[in-house]
Amino acid sequence: MTGFERFAESFFNPTLIGRYWPEIVSGMLITVEIALAVVATGIMLGFGLACVRSYRVLPLNAFIVVFVDVFRALPPLVLILILYFGLPNIGLNLSAFTVLWLVLSLVLAAFAEEILWAGILSVRKGQWDAARSTGLGFGQTLVSVILPQAVRLAIPPLTNRTIAITKNTALGSVIGVSEVIYQAQSAVSFSGNATPLMMAAIGYLLIFAPVVALGSFIERRFAWRRA
Amino acid sequence: MELLRQQFFNIDVMVQAWPLILRGLGMTALLCLAVIPLGLLGGLAVAVASLSRSRLLRWTAKGFIDLFRALPPLVVLILLYSGLPFAGLRLTPFAAVCLAFLLNSSCFYGEIYRAGIESVGRGQWEAARSTGLSAAQTFTSVILPQAVRNVVPDLVSNTVEVVKLTSIASVVSFTEMLYAADMARSVTFNTSPIVLAAAIYLVILWPAVRLMSRFEHRVAA
Repeated sequence: MTGFERFAESFFNPTLIGRYWPEIVSGMLITVEIALAVVATGIMLGFGLACVRSYRVLPLNAFIVVFVDVFRALPPLVLILILYFGLPNIGLNLSAFTVLWLVLSLVLAAFAEEILWAGILSVRKGQWDAARSTGLGFGQTLVSVILPQAVRLAIPPLTNRTIAITKNTALGSVIGVSEVIYQAQSAVSFSGNATPLMMAAIGYLLIFAPVVALGSFIERRFAWRRA
Repeated sequence: MELLRQQFFNIDVMVQAWPLILRGLGMTALLCLAVIPLGLLGGLAVAVASLSRSRLLRWTAKGFIDLFRALPPLVVLILLYSGLPFAGLRLTPFAAVCLAFLLNSSCFYGEIYRAGIESVGRGQWEAARSTGLSAAQTFTSVILPQAVRNVVPDLVSNTVEVVKLTSIASVVSFTEMLYAADMARSVTFNTSPIVLAAAIYLVILWPAVRLMSRFEHRVAA
């Protein structure tokens, strides 16, 4: 066997590709499912918190700042292990899927809040004054005047951050969420061959390469400076 | 409430786990000392390549950046650690982590440097070259210092991400802080060691996170 054949045999073995593709595809579906759930809840919660923060109620804001700082400073894997192994001992049984979704949503919410808040702060004070003086209430001003401008500034950094955090779905493999890399690792230990790992890498590329491309597009499209 | 305290904030267990976690913290520090400079240097190389005149270099850099922006770092690490042995190359956990981080963080640092370099006006190049500096001298003594200064907040924020990311080294049984804490957890059946590790991460990274918010809000205001 030549070196190349041996390489192809261990990394791109057609028999094993045939045997394991259903597992890898089901792993991809789970990855996509968690990623979508995380993006939906994380961004909604983050935006909610940023809106609450703009009412500037002191105790609430202190709580938000602490929440955001903690979830920006802690590695997600640490949070995942704490919740996954700690909660059952106090009588709260969450599935690995739920723990992963919860942790990544909270992390994304923290970053999204911070990014949108920076956007809200960057809208000039005059916009608030002008909107309020036309008779709009505080909430109306926030929703129809300030947020549309703030969101526009927030979109490029938010896209990058969202992509980085959804890629963390791979951390689920550590607590046994049967997403792509978990499936691949168990297939490797059954088959004694690296082919499933290469399939997993390709699976991730199929999921995230379009997302990254979309991210770059959005970044260019919204590269927009305040006049 | 008592159960919660026992399970997550048990001082006795934390005291027991302390020496182990401290040793893990040492390994985390060592790992950071290796992977942050690697990423900063690799990133510079990626940025230079992606701005080069050679089309081949530019496209290679672009392909590299797109590839590692799309692959989760944990996946890169597992590919290197459990995939390479099949090609006859067995890496130690430390080497696998260093290589995975070099690949992953060079691409992110590279994008940051590139933005910085592009933010320096064309006139700076022309002025520097016209004083007789060579292209390389112009880059290292005129462009790069200004470029780096323009992107310090992004470099800090990415470095915080890299430090947080060192926790995935535990997956390939490199004995850094999270690995040590998780070992203590599995021996004591108590989550407090991981909470202690979390507290240490928080103490180390909170100042940096505060600093980042300060940067962001100042830019915004």
